[in-house]
Amino acid sequence: MKDQKIVIIDYDAGNIQSVKYALERLGITPIVSKEEEVIRNADKVIFPGVGEAAWAMNSLRKNGLDLLIPQLTQPVLGICLGMQLMCESSEESNTKGLGIFPLEVKRFTNERKVPHMGWNQLEKLNGALFKGVVAMEFAYFVHSYYVPVSEDTLASCNYILDFSASLQKNNFYACQFHPEKSGAVGVQILKNFINL
Amino acid sequence: MLSKRIIPCLDVKDGRTVKGVNFVDLRDAGDAVELAAYYAEQGADELVFLDITATHEKRKTLVELVQKVAKELNIPFTVGGGISTPEDVGVLLNAGADKVSINSSAVRNPNLISELASRFGSQCVVVAVDARFAAGKWEVYLNGGRLATGIDLFDWILEAERLGAGEILFTSMNHDGTKNGFANETLAKLSEMVNIPIIASGGAGNREHFADTFIEGKADAALAASVFHFKEIEIPSLKNYLKSKNIPVRI
Repeated sequence: MKDQKIVIIDYDAGNIQSVKYALERLGITPIVSKEEEVIRNADKVIFPGVGEAAWAMNSLRKNGLDLLIPQLTQPVLGICLGMQLMCESSEESNTKGLGIFPLEVKRFTNERKVPHMGWNQLEKLNGALFKGVVAMEFAYFVHSYYVPVSEDTLASCNYILDFSASLQKNNFYACQFHPEKSGAVGVQILKNFINL
Repeated sequence: MLSKRIIPCLDVKDGRTVKGVNFVDLRDAGDAVELAAYYAEQGADELVFLDITATHEKRKTLVELVQKVAKELNIPFTVGGGISTPEDVGVLLNAGADKVSINSSAVRNPNLISELASRFGSQCVVVAVDARFAAGKWEVYLNGGRLATGIDLFDWILEAERLGAGEILFTSMNHDGTKNGFANETLAKLSEMVNIPIIASGGAGNREHFADTFIEGKADAALAASVFHFKEIEIPSLKNYLKSKNIPVRI
């Protein structure tokens, strides 16, 4: 596990340090890169993101990463905004996404406070990413937009409504929550991804 | 269910925690990294580091501290104190902080809130507000409560939300240090007025005070310092108590 080449995609959007530190705590030295060649040759790719969707997509396009990411064949893990960008489109600034998941990202209604911020429970867990994680354990979320529950949903969460806490399609995995900030539960999920 | 958050607050000076920390089981009570790890282990949902370093030159030690904490800690943390430009924020976020808390600089230059929100996202912009109730009015204070502004608390919080604040950290100066409970009536009013999370601060003395601020005060999170540092309240027992009161907490 420790000899793997894990690449964190760097496109000037978000808290790459936290993801890097989380992997370092697992004994892995990740490579942070926006170079096509480096990303293609990785064993696993992590696609993080914090911030605004349209701005982040522009940043991906500038580096040609919008074309590269959907073609990757190794396991890819999108986190938070990274997960939302992997969808077809987002209501946030009417942004067109990478189209990996055929889903539309929607904004939470103001029925409750937005952003959905804090620790919430993971439900209906499926697949290898959640091995060893018990349903109703807490993970840390911060987001104003959500991905509806679909056939690609690996885990759901409830805030205002049930939404996708995690997605998977083929080699593409994604978490709406921040595994790098979700205590022991997050550590387990990152380990599971690395062990895929 | 979204849980209510418990947030210990650590004052740091020159990279070390100061003031009122009494931990017999730590090798060094002043070591911010060790203390942070202890609180994370105990079940703190987030941490706040408040830099009370006076001089500009000492900021470098804060950035080094943020980096050290980020390397160890797998829960979110906020850094506050002396932040007045987007550059300050960029440096702290790059070092691994998840959010920053701004106070006086936001009152002096409200556009700072929108600048930070558009550049880094609202989720990392906590607007901290210190206010005192006197003569029938809640007034905003600056510089750690030393400077009255004449600004009305409710007007300012609405403005902060409009400009893009992601959260409000409200400290009642009337309650701070009294250990008589949080300013729940005012907190509830604030919580109903805005659509962003409110963190209650000032007045924690016992476990019941936390339950009260979540129920009566409608707070989304509660912050305290000395009751945690002196182990008057331990987080696991606090969370078990809150759970017994049907308040959603992460255990």
